[in-house]
Amino acid sequence: MNSFKSALIAAAVASVAAGAVTSAQAETELVVVSWGGAYSASQQGAYHDPYMAKNADIKIVNDDSSNAAVAKLRAMNEAGNVTWDLVDVVAADAIRLCDEGLAEVIDHDKVLAPAPDGTPASEDFGNLIVSECFIPQIVYSTTFGYRTDLLASKPTSVCDVFDLAKFPGKRALEKNPINNMEWALLCDGVAPDQVYEVLGTRAGVEQALAKLDTIKDSVVWWSKGAQTPQLLADGEVVMGSTYNGRLFAVIEEEKQPIAMLWDWQVFDLDGWIVPTGTKNKAAVMEYLRFATDTQRLADQAKYISYGPARKSSAPLVGKHATLGIDMAPHMPTDPANAKTTLLYNYEFWADNRDDIDERFQSWLLQ
Amino acid sequence: MTATDIHTGEAGAIVTADGQPLKVSLARALRRQRLFALALVAPLFIFVAVSFIIPIADMLFRSVENGIVEEILPETVKALATWDETSGELPDEAVFAAMVADLKVAKQNRTNTKVGQRLNYERSGMSSLFRSSGRKAARIKEGPYKDQLIKADKDWGKVVTWQVIKQFSPGLTPGYYLAAVDATQTPDGSIEFETSEKAIHTKLFVRTMFMSVAITLTTLLLGFPIAYLIATQPAKISNLLIILVLLPFWTSLLVRTTSWIALLQQKGVINDILVFVGIISDDGRLAMIHNATGAVIAMTHILLPFMVLPLYSVMKTIPPTYMRAATSLGAHPWPAFWKVYFPNTIPGIGAGAILVFILAIGYYITPELVGGTSGTFISNRIAFHILNSLNWGLAAALGAILLAIVLVFYLLYDRIVGIDNMKLG
Repeated sequence: MNSFKSALIAAAVASVAAGAVTSAQAETELVVVSWGGAYSASQQGAYHDPYMAKNADIKIVNDDSSNAAVAKLRAMNEAGNVTWDLVDVVAADAIRLCDEGLAEVIDHDKVLAPAPDGTPASEDFGNLIVSECFIPQIVYSTTFGYRTDLLASKPTSVCDVFDLAKFPGKRALEKNPINNMEWALLCDGVAPDQVYEVLGTRAGVEQALAKLDTIKDSVVWWSKGAQTPQLLADGEVVMGSTYNGRLFAVIEEEKQPIAMLWDWQVFDLDGWIVPTGTKNKAAVMEYLRFATDTQRLADQAKYISYGPARKSSAPLVGKHATLGIDMAPHMPTDPANAKTTLLYNYEFWADNRDDIDERFQSWLLQ
Repeated sequence: MTATDIHTGEAGAIVTADGQPLKVSLARALRRQRLFALALVAPLFIFVAVSFIIPIADMLFRSVENGIVEEILPETVKALATWDETSGELPDEAVFAAMVADLKVAKQNRTNTKVGQRLNYERSGMSSLFRSSGRKAARIKEGPYKDQLIKADKDWGKVVTWQVIKQFSPGLTPGYYLAAVDATQTPDGSIEFETSEKAIHTKLFVRTMFMSVAITLTTLLLGFPIAYLIATQPAKISNLLIILVLLPFWTSLLVRTTSWIALLQQKGVINDILVFVGIISDDGRLAMIHNATGAVIAMTHILLPFMVLPLYSVMKTIPPTYMRAATSLGAHPWPAFWKVYFPNTIPGIGAGAILVFILAIGYYITPELVGGTSGTFISNRIAFHILNSLNWGLAAALGAILLAIVLVFYLLYDRIVGIDNMKLG
């Protein structure tokens, strides 16, 4: 249970750090909501600890509620008592929160630091700023890992997931239409640039489900990112999709006989939003300027294999903090890994998620 | 009290020493007592109201509440009132003008996306239509508005867009309840059920009931002998047994669920042992998890204490002399148990069964992790709509239906067994 261990470490680090600053006077407490586990630990190491070391009057408190952040923020907002100051969410949730008016609109160039060479933040982040409320932090991807010892040959394409004859055994897929539908269509001969056009029609949805039908009996459906690494390590499945950082941990830190299949990985973004109604807006903005600067984003990659969202951070990515291995080749954005990629289509899924999800879930029941 | 002690007033009514009629005086004394009693229970009453009744009532109200469209698009809703949605024709210029005006205001308040999200639950594409149109409407300076708005997004030129807006403009809607039973209302007012391939909620409701009954029966089957053992053994052994029953109760739900995965999966402990002993072949490993079987096994284990404890507390009160008397009067052990002992345990069975059943239909973490595709519950859909899709109206409607089903079961139980018969301890 590696994530459990890292959560413990994170908690220990947090409590030590908390103890160190309680003596300071007139401190501001910032409640930062994130995903917990290894991810919060990476933020603690790269952002929180250095910031608190520099600002004795700021105390950062972690709250591992990002899983339910959208619902909780809405409830807090309705109750008129927002107790969070900064929330880490995936981009799709950021768009939803912005749409609902639950997140502050950010003037990226004003709030965020420019790159070291003076490039304004909005250019440095470029088109990763997918919502006016969203401050990108990392690029991660959903991709496949496979057991190197249980398969006769090495899978090279995502379509090998659909090939039961050549690669017999169970596969782990997310219990959710997103990504699965795209991969199914790609492997059913749909051209990459037409995927969403096809998926937007009823026939397209059925086509994708028909493709998934061919492997349905061999699929273990997961709903938490930690499940696939566990299923792979136990030999319950021979291949499975999950977040690339989870696979990095099970491959490099736990040395399991698992390898990455980067083909048609789906990029997604994770980042910050400032909840509407936070009581410490000025302090949060100051913290954000520090935590999202070029060096800090590069530092985070020392702890976890997610790519920094700033262009200027990429050259600064160094070695893993404890393993000492080069992190660049493990980034989803590394050119060797990113030969064929999809970018999560935010607009399409914002419009069609509920509808396709319903059809997908009822397909699962059949 | 003798007759001479009683004061009588002028009208002949009985009065107290101070001349008040006894009736009034008594009523006043009783009222004071009642107020005092009320003051004593007030903290609890207020607590239950604030933390339980009001939130549930609020949640239930959400299942029909639909004020948002009228609130954000007031002019459009007014203008649409005269439009005949069954005519198949687009609304007239006035409606388009009202929509542009509403969108301009909404864009300024950043609420255009909010109403878009609401309407997207009814028709895919509304979310992006309102997001992009908010920006574009601000640029439309003067009429005629119809062509300009349709040029901004061709979806405004579709009759169905306007039908959806009109259908969901009233402040109350049956839409969530219809969606909760896989139905929709067509513009002409008739109700249409989804084809069975897209129907999901009714299937899940039936499955949830079926699985919860199955879980209740398995906990009863396993819990009855355990409770009997605990109730009849000497204190030293029974205390140990109670600890064994309660120990898993004090372990985290996730830990218990995850350990069942480790035990039941195909490369798990049980399959490994069965293969080692030679009962099954290596290729024929049993699929006991990520399906309904896994969900029933894991949830039976988790809910077992809720069956054992009420059973035990009832069995404890059955005097052992009953059984001895029955056997000494010539009954064989089985009829003695069945005719004398068992009927006495029914209050415990009733309490345990109701507890387990009600807890089972509301579970969602365990089915999510071990249920695969055939072991998910309706509560998983409710959780999805609360946490992910933010469609709280639909979640509330599903929850209300679940609540109604539980009440029906409760009434049935009352009819068949009698609720007075239930004993929690």
